[in-house]
Amino acid sequence: MSDAALIVDDLHKSFGAIEVLKGISLTAYDRDVISILGSSGSGKSTLLRCLNLLEVPNAGRVTVHGEEIRMTKRRNGDPVPADWKQVDRIRSRLGFVFQSFNLWSHMTVLENVIEAPIHVLKVPRKQAVERGEAMLHKVGMYERKDYYPAHISGGQQQRAAIARALAVEPTMLLFDEPTSALDPELVGEVLKVMRALAEEGRTMLVVTHEMGFARDVSDKVMFLHQGEVEEFGVPGDMFSNPKSERFRQFLSGALS
Amino acid sequence: MDFTIILDNLPLYVQGLWITIQLVFLALCAGLVLAVPTALLLTSKNPLVWGLPYAYVYFFRGTPLLVQLFLIYHGMGQFETIRESFIWPIFREAYWCALIAFSLNTGAYTAEILRGAINQTPWGEIEAAKACGMRKVTRYRRIILPSAFRRALPAYGNEVIFMLHGSAVASIVTLVDILGAGRIVNARYFAPWEAYVTSGLFYLCLTFAIVYFFKLWERRWSAHLRTR
Repeated sequence: MSDAALIVDDLHKSFGAIEVLKGISLTAYDRDVISILGSSGSGKSTLLRCLNLLEVPNAGRVTVHGEEIRMTKRRNGDPVPADWKQVDRIRSRLGFVFQSFNLWSHMTVLENVIEAPIHVLKVPRKQAVERGEAMLHKVGMYERKDYYPAHISGGQQQRAAIARALAVEPTMLLFDEPTSALDPELVGEVLKVMRALAEEGRTMLVVTHEMGFARDVSDKVMFLHQGEVEEFGVPGDMFSNPKSERFRQFLSGALS
Repeated sequence: MDFTIILDNLPLYVQGLWITIQLVFLALCAGLVLAVPTALLLTSKNPLVWGLPYAYVYFFRGTPLLVQLFLIYHGMGQFETIRESFIWPIFREAYWCALIAFSLNTGAYTAEILRGAINQTPWGEIEAAKACGMRKVTRYRRIILPSAFRRALPAYGNEVIFMLHGSAVASIVTLVDILGAGRIVNARYFAPWEAYVTSGLFYLCLTFAIVYFFKLWERRWSAHLRTR
């Protein structure tokens, strides 16, 4: 078995008095595509955001390619990363795709894509542009490279955001409900790009409501309920023969 | 209307125009340099950080420009320590006093404009910058400030026009700016209408130039906000 790309160990996260994650553990290997399902409020987005420290977990460990993110405590007891430089370095190797795209609105599509390679990874501009254009080709956005985000559709914005995530040559891609903010007729074009990335053998963690994607594309499925892993397994088994009552209910709700 | 008065004194008005342009341009440059760090400090959550810049902005937005100019030009000379110090040659000159007052004044207003624009940066765009591993300095330099400058541009254009018109108070502390030229012409010929209409026209032309300049600037910088 190859080395683990990501190990999450007993992750806890609270917002004030509300405990959103109650001890989540997860191991992802290279080339794994893992879908994370759950109803709203189950903590799936929070889990994903804890992995690159957009949310700081209260307890637990996150290890990315063998490197554990070192944590420490503030004087008031709140946990903080011990070394933000380490966090920045790990973040630069993880591509994150947001529900609401979050393209930088004052930059064109191409400028969005080459920003992190140039200003984080210090890639020479010429090389960054070449690679950025290749990524835009891949997601079918090359023709729109000089457009501003406000002037293209949601599906196009999300594909540009995927190209931006790919441009840093990430070892893993994290998708946070990438199609939830899209009009139904625009969902397909984004899913098609994600499917192609999965077929390329990229390591992907996908928080999603797209049952078709979870069932057909992912290698493993994790079902979260109220901050805990309710069920985890191979999609074939889980969808045809759900073990937990919660997941059965979730499926009947989602598929009906 | 006696046009010969105006034509005979045109060189005086042009001299005044030059003084106005100098004062306003230099004050805007200094004010902008002052405003960026002030605005950044104002967005801090720590009272020890935002306290002093807040007091500065509060004072200069809270008092008339003329009062500020009087305090610097007339007020400073009252203190013997200042009169005997090496900075007295600066505070003795109306030109420098006006420049200092204008710079501090426009710096305060511009800081407030920028603070608002920085606070309005879409949160998701900052998160996207964090998510790709951008350091805090880079986030400010590449994402937050460029985005804020673009949002601040229309309000800043307004501030530039206010500064131009506010600069007329320079004529009260002996400087011969555009209004100063008008005051001299009025005193010489007792023709207030001719004297001040001419001053007004100069301000009007400058304002047109500023409005046009900002229109071009917005076209360049705010293309991403326009509907296609």
